Amino acid sequence: MGFDWLFFAEVTLAGLGSGALLALTALAYVLIYKATKVVNLAIGEMLMMGAYLFFGLAAGYSLPIWVSILLALIGGGILGAVIERAVIRRMLGESAISIFMVTIGLGSIMVGIVEIIWTPNPARLPDFMGTAPLFIGDAYVSRKIAISFAVASLLIVGFVLAFRYWRGGIALRATATDQGAAFSCGINVPAVFSISWILASVAAAGAGILIGSVGGISPTMGVFGLSALVVVIVGGLDSIIGALIGGLIVGLLEAYAGTYIGGEYKLVTTFVLLLLILMLRPYGLLGTGEIERL
Amino acid sequence: MRIGALKESYATDNALFDTSTQRFWFMIGALALAAFPFVANDYWLYMACLVSIHIISTTGLNILTGYTGLVSLGQAAFMGVGAYTAGYLQLRVGSPFLVNLLAAGLVTAFVGIIFGLPSLRVKGLYLAIATIAASVILHFVFQHWTSVTGGNTGLSITPATFFGLELARPVQLYWVIIALTCVMMLAAANLFRTRVGRAFIAIRDRDISAEVLGIPLLRYKLMSFGLSSFYAGLAGGLWAYFFRVVTPESFPFVYSIFFLAAVIVGGMGTILGGILGAIFMTLVPEALKIVVGIATPVFPNAVAQLAPVRTIVFGALIVGFLVFEPHGLAEIWQRIRRFFYLWPFKT
Amino acid sequence: MQTESGTRPVLEVADLTLSFGGLHALSKVSFAVQEGTIAAVIGPNGAGKTSLFNCISGFYRPQHGAIWCEARDISRLHPPERAKLGLARTFQNIALFRGMTVLDNIKLGCHVHMRTGLLDGLLYWGRAEREEIELRTEIVERIVDFLEINHIRNQPVASLAYGLRKRVELARALAMKPKVLMLDEPVAGMNREETEDMARFILDVKEEWGITILMVEHDMGLVMDISDHVTVLNFGQVIASGKPADVTANPDVIRAYLGAGNVSQLRARIAGRAA
Repeated sequence: MGFDWLFFAEVTLAGLGSGALLALTALAYVLIYKATKVVNLAIGEMLMMGAYLFFGLAAGYSLPIWVSILLALIGGGILGAVIERAVIRRMLGESAISIFMVTIGLGSIMVGIVEIIWTPNPARLPDFMGTAPLFIGDAYVSRKIAISFAVASLLIVGFVLAFRYWRGGIALRATATDQGAAFSCGINVPAVFSISWILASVAAAGAGILIGSVGGISPTMGVFGLSALVVVIVGGLDSIIGALIGGLIVGLLEAYAGTYIGGEYKLVTTFVLLLLILMLRPYGLLGTGEIERL
Repeated sequence: MRIGALKESYATDNALFDTSTQRFWFMIGALALAAFPFVANDYWLYMACLVSIHIISTTGLNILTGYTGLVSLGQAAFMGVGAYTAGYLQLRVGSPFLVNLLAAGLVTAFVGIIFGLPSLRVKGLYLAIATIAASVILHFVFQHWTSVTGGNTGLSITPATFFGLELARPVQLYWVIIALTCVMMLAAANLFRTRVGRAFIAIRDRDISAEVLGIPLLRYKLMSFGLSSFYAGLAGGLWAYFFRVVTPESFPFVYSIFFLAAVIVGGMGTILGGILGAIFMTLVPEALKIVVGIATPVFPNAVAQLAPVRTIVFGALIVGFLVFEPHGLAEIWQRIRRFFYLWPFKT
Repeated sequence: MQTESGTRPVLEVADLTLSFGGLHALSKVSFAVQEGTIAAVIGPNGAGKTSLFNCISGFYRPQHGAIWCEARDISRLHPPERAKLGLARTFQNIALFRGMTVLDNIKLGCHVHMRTGLLDGLLYWGRAEREEIELRTEIVERIVDFLEINHIRNQPVASLAYGLRKRVELARALAMKPKVLMLDEPVAGMNREETEDMARFILDVKEEWGITILMVEHDMGLVMDISDHVTVLNFGQVIASGKPADVTANPDVIRAYLGAGNVSQLRARIAGRAA
């Protein structure tokens, strides 16, 4: 019996699908790091908040699906803006380690809040994508994963284009390279900080809604953020394209490991990959090495 | 600076306790610790032992995070390594109690260095991420290396025997735990009076300068991480003998956050901070239990909310202290001291 | 490379070339520093002076060229190894350890020469304590008294004034018992008095301690007064090298600082205005 190529193709497609979602989440990390040099470990929890906001609005208050999605995204953005303004801005000038630890604390708080309001039990999101199976050739692909892939890809492409061609994107890149210089050029640096956090939170919230639709929601959803962190390390903390490529790589790797070795090996494989990358190319495939001004 | 605290030799200038007042209070404290088991009930003895174990682990993390400036999110996982090592040796090999503890520390230090090697060549933030990886990987190992760790059921450990005495109840373990805690804290305090300790602080403050002064960064960062892991392993070993059951769920990720909070709340970079932080954080869940008990008549569901409320409180403590009081409880303590010996003057 | 007088250079840089992408920070820079002298490197901003220092320290890897310390090729060594060989430096933006006192900062300077390790430190009583006391007595006392910073020795460096911080940095570099001391703008931002104090200290370091000094400096008065040899950099290249008086009269040097134009006309105009 030869190698089951069809099955392999299906696993690959599933991997690409989750890879797109990983890339979207990784994008949130990169956006914040590029603009503010902060590694925000609470992205996973912000993803979870987006999913739960949608859940609360659609299932709890029975609002129409598309309204709920929109409000959840807006809510996610507001959350990001509030965190940035109230907490991160105050820590301006502190060491990167301190800010990193603050985001860990914030993540904890968010998990606790979700557990109180919605209990620690997993839940399902109201379905808005339909369940009719899709076929690419002979290969079965879950409709939800396909739609997630499409949406995530559109969002990512949108971000990449915005970054390159929109004035705001250039302002973001300028601030990332040299805050002082950007300030003196008239770029509103605090606004850039806020916008980058808002955009990142919206991306995370969106990813949360999509992931929740595929796999259900629970207060431990934030662990997806850890896989996305690996993506960011693989691709490079400050590279959007790296997040994309890294996302696909990690998504495929997790899919293969989960299917061919065993479900519980998914996360372990990802983290072993992380350690390998740290050993071989610590700045990621496409990241820039640090040049310190002495 | 204390008026009238003249030092007449370099040896006394370097001493751990500045004044005779401090030495006096230290003596009182030592006496209190010695008398404690005779007056306290079982619950407080249990708490004292747990606090001590936490002090060891927090001091270890403080060496790494507070003094060397490297964040670790794997302290609990490394304690797990120590716990399983001690447990395995106690159950299957039957080596003596203290040897098992030493082995727990050394094995954990070794594991720590393995995880430290890839990540310490780069900026400190990457160590944090590598320790997250370590937590996940080690948790996986705890669950699946069934022959050594007993898988999901874990290990049930027989009590320690110390010169023929069986150490099963908290009151018996108390002496060993307290003694070891004092030794470990003394060692840490000593370290930062000397060359290697100063090098750690230099790495935290400005690693480029440290390099120019001749400090090889990778070697010293590994030393710090290895030492911190040793502390974690020793604490884990004691944990195993104290609770006598070790499972993969004994050392969840939130426990690592607990220790990070302890370091931050207590005061990063001070030995006193390690003590205060550990005491504070260990007592917080107990205080929360009391609050929940009071609140239950009003909020019947309060008990079920204990775990998430605890998670929120941990997070809030981390954020609150980092934003408002980054030097932690130790700094607050110093302020109180200053107030008292400057009184009635203000500055 | 031996000169006529027979003294060999304690630090030598040959054909050093450093580029960042298309930017040439240093192009074929060569010079030598004789033992027991004060050598200055001057040049307009952006000339590559700090890049040169960073190459000698070991933070930048030059694409081409070699660096010799006492006839030993150190081009491949990491900064900590160069420190062991006797290379010390101070930084343009003071690089003291903010979390420590003056005394602790200076003690760190002696790190390479001390021998206690991790276990000794944990135990303290015994080797470590003896070493600490010896450190205080022998080294710190000498340096602290020499630089007149005894009154602030237990203060945290973060609370010190700028001039004092620069002095502490010098103290720390001296604690390394260096053969070559590199000073990156030692009197930047100082007033007349502080500059004179620092000049006195630098001269004492050379004469009493026998340390060779290589400094980057903008203050022409200081350079003229105390240096034995001056090298001028412009756009990463050496444009002049020699005694201070010769170098400052060199028309290329004048042009580099003042821009294009006829030098004698410029001189006349300046002299005319002064007269």
